[in-house]
Amino acid sequence: MAQAPALPTGFELPLEPRLPRIGSVDQVAVEARATDLSRRSIKRESKVFALDLAVRMMDLTTLEGDDTPGKVAALASKAVRPDPADASVPSVAAVCVYPNLVQTARERVGDSGVKVASVATAFPSGQSPTDLKVAEARRVVELGADEVDMVIDRGSFLAGRYAKVYDEIVQVKEAVGDTHLKVILEVGELGTYDNVRRASLLAIAAGADFIKTSTGKLSSSATLPVTLVMLEAIRDVFEETGRRVGMKPAGGIRNAKQAVQTLVVVHETLGVEWLTPDLFRFGASSLLNDVLMQIRKEKTGRYQSPDYFTID
Amino acid sequence: MAELEQRGDLTPAPSAWEYAEAPESRDIVKLEERYGLFVGGEFVEPASGEYYETIDPASEEPLAEIPQAGPEDVALAVEAARDGFANGWSAAAPAERAKYLYRIARILQERSREFAVLESLNGGKPIRESRDVDLPLAAAHFFYYAGWADKLEYAFPHRRPKPLGVAGQIIPWNFPLLMLAWKIAPALAAGNTVVLKPAETTPLSALLFCDVLRQAELPPGVVNIVTGDGRTGAALVKGDVDKIAFTGSTEVGKAIQRELAGTGKKLTLELGGKAANIIFDDCALDQAVEGIVNGIYFNQGHVCCAGSRLLVQESIYEPLIEKLKRRLTTLRVGDPLDKNTDVGAINSRQQLEKIEELVAAGKEEGAEIYQPPCRLPEKGYWFVPTVFTNVAQSYRIAQEEIFGPVLSVLTFRTPDEAVEKANNTPYGLSAGVWTEKGSRILWMAERLEAGVIWANTYNRFDPASPFGGYKESGFGREGGRHGLEPYLAFDGVEASGG
Repeated sequence: MAQAPALPTGFELPLEPRLPRIGSVDQVAVEARATDLSRRSIKRESKVFALDLAVRMMDLTTLEGDDTPGKVAALASKAVRPDPADASVPSVAAVCVYPNLVQTARERVGDSGVKVASVATAFPSGQSPTDLKVAEARRVVELGADEVDMVIDRGSFLAGRYAKVYDEIVQVKEAVGDTHLKVILEVGELGTYDNVRRASLLAIAAGADFIKTSTGKLSSSATLPVTLVMLEAIRDVFEETGRRVGMKPAGGIRNAKQAVQTLVVVHETLGVEWLTPDLFRFGASSLLNDVLMQIRKEKTGRYQSPDYFTID
Repeated sequence: MAELEQRGDLTPAPSAWEYAEAPESRDIVKLEERYGLFVGGEFVEPASGEYYETIDPASEEPLAEIPQAGPEDVALAVEAARDGFANGWSAAAPAERAKYLYRIARILQERSREFAVLESLNGGKPIRESRDVDLPLAAAHFFYYAGWADKLEYAFPHRRPKPLGVAGQIIPWNFPLLMLAWKIAPALAAGNTVVLKPAETTPLSALLFCDVLRQAELPPGVVNIVTGDGRTGAALVKGDVDKIAFTGSTEVGKAIQRELAGTGKKLTLELGGKAANIIFDDCALDQAVEGIVNGIYFNQGHVCCAGSRLLVQESIYEPLIEKLKRRLTTLRVGDPLDKNTDVGAINSRQQLEKIEELVAAGKEEGAEIYQPPCRLPEKGYWFVPTVFTNVAQSYRIAQEEIFGPVLSVLTFRTPDEAVEKANNTPYGLSAGVWTEKGSRILWMAERLEAGVIWANTYNRFDPASPFGGYKESGFGREGGRHGLEPYLAFDGVEASGG
């Protein structure tokens, strides 16, 4: 297991503190800053750049009870070739599916470079015994997932049992080995920005490669201020330790404009260095078509009917 | 840790993401070649026959010719205001006065884009600010005081408030239209008429405002606008007015106070500042950094209540300064009309020279200077956002108002020391306190000698909140119920000096 770095004091954890403090977040001010950044006006070539980037950063997702091999195969094909009419549109970063559909997705994406991500650890609630969650994560890797998206145990977190949350992430990280681990905080259940910050630092300290906002199962998810708070936690860890952690807002980003605004927040918080699929992803299902439509519009100067974009 | 970062074939990050230019169109603003003085509801040529050029400070391009009103012009304007006062305005039903103020507020909202562009064009401030701050606040001020116009008896129970007569108002160049609103709205709500002199370098929004007054069908003479330099202001101070309201430098404020001593004219002064923005180690750090930036780089630091002295608790000094420097690298300095510009042009050559002089003094005195890498336009007046660390309380940059995008950083150890250092200045306009501890905010607010104290925010304004200074930052309050008082006489308490 990797050495878990960057532990703030105040946690009931047996590690040497490295960040001087957890710190706090001022709700009014962080929301004002997010609003300011959302007013950046991104036009022409800078917009094309952002839209292209948004496609390359996308984790095209379906996580429903009625997912079937047919549905996932269609999604995976779309992931490889999002716009059949325009070969210059890149593939997305990954498809994100339930464990039972990993193999279907794997076969369909083939050697295209598109990754297969799957959820584990009693997604979406996380309310299962630790040994089951660890076993599930290990199994998902065996099934062929390149990336594992786990959920934290919010019940334990909100009860103040941070060590349990931490230990579980450490064990899952150990179980998945080199497989890319994204840790879902489910911010909609955490209640405050202070908790979002605390959970972000905790997940990072426990070994997360990425921190992710939400499961997509709640109405309150990846808002701009939440994303900003998590990016600031990532920045603090980077400045303190030099370690680069990725970020994945998921749920709630439905159109190209929101995606561009989110990229502006990343750009002005962490810098251009984070504008790569290795350090930033969008978790989304309906975002892709709007981005494709905007790309087409930037290229041709006019909007086309949604009928020209496939529904998968 | 290294193994966490090794994830095989990494996609290289791009080297830069340049935002394309996003200029607000200036076509919406129609400029005259030459303007007149607005007296008695008409534009008139100045008796002085003198004009000067007003420019765009971002390009030094001339925009229009502006009259230099002489003493004779000022006297005519005051006379028009007297007539306006006598011929109906002072006797109008209070709800009638409210009606005009509501109209003005609504017209300002409707024409806000036009005014925002003009404000940025003539003053150099980013369109983001004129659009999101100056214009909404200016309209809000008229709405707010419109509401008071027929409720003065309730604002001052048992004191029988009456208007003073003619108010002479002199405003600065940093928030031209907003300062006009701060001055005109309460004066009119209280039943006075007005002669207003906009700043020499930024007269255009006040002149466009005359068009709003006509559109609102405000009776002639109720508001008169005279343009010109300091001589025009001096003539207005000497004129036959009942009250002077001045916002500007402490030096000029003192001169006005000397001039008015013993005349019986009422006076309010809103003068300079050297505000302490005080950062405690338990604050929300990233938001405090935003507050610091907003405190000193907002409007290029041309803000009398700017948080120009940063007092940082020593235990948090290093991470805070690192974060602040990093944040400065993301500030976008340039074309005020570009929607992505954070810091615009310095208002005038004269102001730029003053900033340069004080910054040179700071370097000489031994402070350490930090300026982010920044490409400035070739023409126009510009100054890179600047931070001085290692500043001693005795340095000029810690004492004098720079009125530019220049921050002086000092440290403190305890709350007592923070209060002592914050109050150790001839000024007392504003202060900021950043801490997560509510009790400490109240403790500090009781002890800081400043008219406005912000907690966990900075440079926030609201028409309902009174604004004004302690000590050499002036006296009298603008905004809120308090802002009506300087424009009213009370039964048995007639208008008197100070």
